[in-house]
This record gives sequence, C-alpha cells and structure tokens, in this order.
Amino acid sequence: MNKHTLTPGRYLVLLCVMLTASVGDTFLSHGMSQVGKVDMHHLGLLFVALKNVWVISGIVLLIGFFASYLSALSWADLTFVMPATAFGYVIVALLSRFWLHEHLSIWRCLGIGMIVCAVGFVANGPSRTEHSLEVMDSGVGR
Amino acid sequence: MIANASLHAWFAIFGVAALAVMGEVLTAGAMRRIGDLDDIRAVSGLPGAIKAVLSSPMFVIGALAMALNFFMMLYALSLADVSLVAPATASLTYIGNAIAAKLFLRENVDRRRWLAAVFVVIGVALLAH
Repeated sequence: MNKHTLTPGRYLVLLCVMLTASVGDTFLSHGMSQVGKVDMHHLGLLFVALKNVWVISGIVLLIGFFASYLSALSWADLTFVMPATAFGYVIVALLSRFWLHEHLSIWRCLGIGMIVCAVGFVANGPSRTEHSLEVMDSGVGR
Repeated sequence: MIANASLHAWFAIFGVAALAVMGEVLTAGAMRRIGDLDDIRAVSGLPGAIKAVLSSPMFVIGALAMALNFFMMLYALSLADVSLVAPATASLTYIGNAIAAKLFLRENVDRRRWLAAVFVVIGVALLAH
C-alpha cells in the first residue's frame, strides 16, 4: 500500500492545518497588541487577554487547527505534517504586512522564502514511515 | 535585527519552541499508537474518536505541554512582531521536531529532510537579520 497517496479529503485536512494556524496566530497577535505589553511583573494580563474578542477568535481557530492537526498525525509522520504547515507563514507575513501594518524587511522575506524551499524538499517524500511494530499492530488490530 | 530584538523576546521564542517540540512529539507518538482517526470514527463515531484520543496519557501530557506553549506564545507575541515570532518559533520547532522524530518516533528523517532543516536554520537567521 502506498502510504504517500493522500485522498482529497486528507489534503483538505492539511489545508485546514495550514490556514487555521496562520490566521489564528495573526488574530492572537492583533488581540495582544490591543491588550498591551506583558512583562514578568504583569503576567496577569495574559488572563485579561482571554476576554479580548480577537484573542478568543484566535483560540477558536487554533482549536480547529488542533483537531485537524491530530487527524493528520493519525495517518502521517510528524516530519511530514509539520512542513505542510509552513506554507502558512507566507499567509502570516502577508496578513502582518497588509492588515497589522507590521514592517516586513527584505531579510524576513528571504527567510520566509528559505523556509518555503525547505518545505519543498520534504513535500515529495512519503507521508508515513513504515515500522515493523506498526505492521504488527495493524495485523493485530485487523 | 538581532540587536533590536530584546533578550526576553528571544528567550520566549526558544521557550515556545522547546514546549512545542515536547508537546508535538508526545502528541504524534500518541496518535501513532491510537491509529487512524478516520478508521476509529467510521467504527465508533466522533465520540469514540474523541474518547480514544483523550484516554491516552501520552496525549494528555503532550496537550499540557502545548497549553504551556500557548501562554508562552502569547508572552512572545507581546514582545515582538508576529512576522518574527511565528516563523522563528515554527522554524526552531521544525528543527527540534526533525531531531526528536528521528530519536524518539523513529521516523525516516532522510538526507532530504535534514537538508530542509538546514534551509530552515538559514531562514531563521535571515528572519533575525
């Protein structure tokens, strides 16, 4: 059985992993910019942040991320799923530049480009490592 | 850019990455042991799949590490831009995951994946420039 072959539904799960994580992080950032700077003497502000609508929205999206992430980990390697999420950083960079109006230098753009290239290296590999133990497990389970 | 970034911000970024690696490796190990959630859901429904996940001690410990990671992420985001924090923590997490997946999950982290890790290291260095 070719473990690398993913169904459209599983690609959709990976897409959810990518989008919910990046948009959720951006929402959290926007919310934290409204809450203010948290230092070691004002850690209570972290709990105040939980009342911010952007932080709450970010949390909801990150719960969606977690659900789709767990689903993906049940049929693919961690080192396969993790790079799939890296495409989200392009979205984060664009959102932070055009929505949050943060500065995005040429160096950061190049850095993001390098990470995306790294994703390309692993994207063509098999999605799951076959273990002898896993074969035994599947035999017992079925 | 490193000169501009505070020591606290980088401390938080490394903290986020360390907790993320711990959480994700434990979670991935738990999910591998539990099996394909699509299969479980087909037999036991969504409640059965949720029960299978939540009854795994390895998952619970991993989730706890991820919860701590979340608060550390909020702390980091309050100190630095999301365009630095998000890629930097994720890149460091990715390297840590590649090493931990090889050591603890016995995943096939081949030369291509190690090369990807090197690219990620360069990417992080550029992000911090």
